[in-house]
Formats: sequence, structure tokens, C-alpha cells
Amino acid sequence: MAEFASQWSVSGIVRTMFPILIVLTVIELGSGLVLDTFEGTLLQYPSLLVLVPVTIGMAGNLGSILAARFSTAFHLGLLSFAATDDRLAGNAIATLALAVTLFPLVGAGAWLLQTVIGGAALPLRTVVLVALVSGSLLALLAIVVTTVTTYAAYRLELDPDDVVIPVVTNVCDVLGVVVLFGAVRVLV
Amino acid sequence: MTVREVALEAYREALPVLALSAVGGLFAGVVLGGMDAELQDVAGLLVLVPALLATRGNVYGSLGARLGSALHQGLIDPRFSFDDDRINAAVAAALANGVLISGVAAVMAVALLALVGRPSAPLTTLVAIALIAGFVSGLLLTIAVVSVVFVGYRHGLNPDTLAGPVVTTTGDVVGIATLLGATRLVLALGGG
Repeated sequence: MAEFASQWSVSGIVRTMFPILIVLTVIELGSGLVLDTFEGTLLQYPSLLVLVPVTIGMAGNLGSILAARFSTAFHLGLLSFAATDDRLAGNAIATLALAVTLFPLVGAGAWLLQTVIGGAALPLRTVVLVALVSGSLLALLAIVVTTVTTYAAYRLELDPDDVVIPVVTNVCDVLGVVVLFGAVRVLV
Repeated sequence: MTVREVALEAYREALPVLALSAVGGLFAGVVLGGMDAELQDVAGLLVLVPALLATRGNVYGSLGARLGSALHQGLIDPRFSFDDDRINAAVAAALANGVLISGVAAVMAVALLALVGRPSAPLTTLVAIALIAGFVSGLLLTIAVVSVVFVGYRHGLNPDTLAGPVVTTTGDVVGIATLLGATRLVLALGGG
């Protein structure tokens, strides 16, 4: 009961969560630093600035959805870590398909909104291509990060629900910025 | 299940949620795209953006999960009142976490920028912006999360599946909009 009471006290919740928040913030500041280094390009082409939150968010979401599905399958004893595992392969394919479906739309949306508001400096084709290339790469990275993290949690006998989702979500956030940076460098 | 069945099921389940959060993210992006003047005035502000956005998700997503679990266990009632100690504690803790970590993020960002030799606005400016944005977005997201979880639960919806998408869609928009508001306020008051 004592443990229970502490879960619902302000200091109990803050004490449990704050150390985790600090670690996650340090990770996220890393991606902030990457953004800062290409601030010039982002300010020159606001359509790319529009892509920043949505790319970060989608990358984190792709990872967290995959992680949640892996965790559940793992708890139900349905997941083996073999490349031939149907659940592993099926979820990986779905993640890639989701990215390929949504990222071009996101790119087109960013271009359209920026055109309506302030006039776009980049052609539609470039923004869609940046979004599609970033999204596909991110989906592949999300699959690798999620599989490795879930496997690590399994080997270290940690509950994947507690560990994998925050780690994967925040690592994918950072990768989102890094990949966007790479795509902009190559394509713009 | 075959690979194809697993893939189709996963795709169909995730598509609506992802599409919704993409729309939220795009609107957040439009606000960020309109912030170019502020981003130029306050060096280092962009460094804070991913950390502040992630904090909103981590803190208020966790509040939603906590309230959802408590509703399932019958520990709290889905009613708005200031009499329930559990709800008060959960909300106060989320706000404390959200505001504190925003301030800490600003301090760490200034230290990090100094370390790599990049320009940064004064510590007080970035900390003031982060604390104001953290507090205002915390209030707004608390209202959003508590309302959606309680109203959803009363209508027979599972709060566990509601809280996540609500935080991911509103968190980005509220996070960037409050950052813009806080930056303008601090600049108007003479920081910068």
C-alpha cells in the first residue's frame, strides 16, 4: 500500500519520471543541435521548416507503434527474433508501407500550406521527394532500432513496455532530424 | 497469420492515427515556418524545439496513460472536480515535470551551445521562454488530455487508445504555438 500511495503523490511521480525526462531531453537536444547547424537552409526554404515537426512526429510514431506491437506480441509469446518470423516481417513491411503512403502526402501538404501562406521557394517535386526519401529511410531505421531495442530488453529481462517505447520514440525523433538533414543536403 | 495478413492488419490499424498526427504536425510546422523572425532573433531557440515537443508527449502522454489505467481500475471517477486527491496529484505532478524539464532543457541547451562554440541567446532569455511555454502548454494539454480521457470513457471508449493520438496531434501544435507566444512575450519585455 505504501508503494501504491507513492504512485499517486506529486513527489512520487516526479521522482520516478524526472530522471527519465532528463535522459530523454539530452537525447532530444542532440537533434536540436543538428537542426541548429542547418538553420540557415531551413530559414531560406520555409517549406522545409514546415516539414520539421511532422517528420519528427511521424518518425517517433512509426517507431512507437511498431514497438507497442512488438511488445504485445512478445508478451503473448508470439515473437521470435528470426528473420523468417511472420510477425516481425509483416510489421516491418507495414511500417515501410505506412511511410511510403503518408510521407509524400505530408510533403505535398507542407508545400501547399507554405504556398498558401507565404509563397513556396522550392518546387513541389523537391519537397515531396525530400519527404519521401526521409520517410522511407526513417521507416527502415525505425524497424532496425525497434527490433534491436526489443531484443535487448528481452535479453536483459526488462519489460519491453517500460523500456522500449520511450527509447524508440525518442531515438526515432532524433533520427528524424538527422535523416531530414541528410535528405536536404543531398536533394536541395 | 501469414506475413501478408500481419502487414495488412498493422497497416489498417495504424493509418488513421498516423494520418491524424501528420495533420497536427503539419499545422505545427506552419506555425514554426512563420517563426523565422523569432528564430533569427533568439539564437539557440531551434535547439530547444525537439526537446520541448518530446517533453509534451512524454509528460502528458504519461498523464493520459495514468488516468486511463486508474479509470479501468475504478480508482477515479470520470468527473471534473478539484476534490479528487488522486487526479489533483497526477495533474500537479505532470505540470511540475513539464515546467521543470522545460527550464532544465533551456539550461542544458545554452551549455551545449557554449560547448560546441555556437551562438546562443542569454541564459535568462531562453529559460524564461522555456518556462512560460512549458507552463502555458502544460495547462492547455492537461485540459485536453483530461477532457478527452474522461468524456471518451463516459461514452464507452477505451482511454488507453485515446490519450496517445490526442497528445501527439495537439502536443505539437500547442507546443510550437506556446513557444511562439512565449518568445514574442519575452522579446517584447526586453529579453533577447
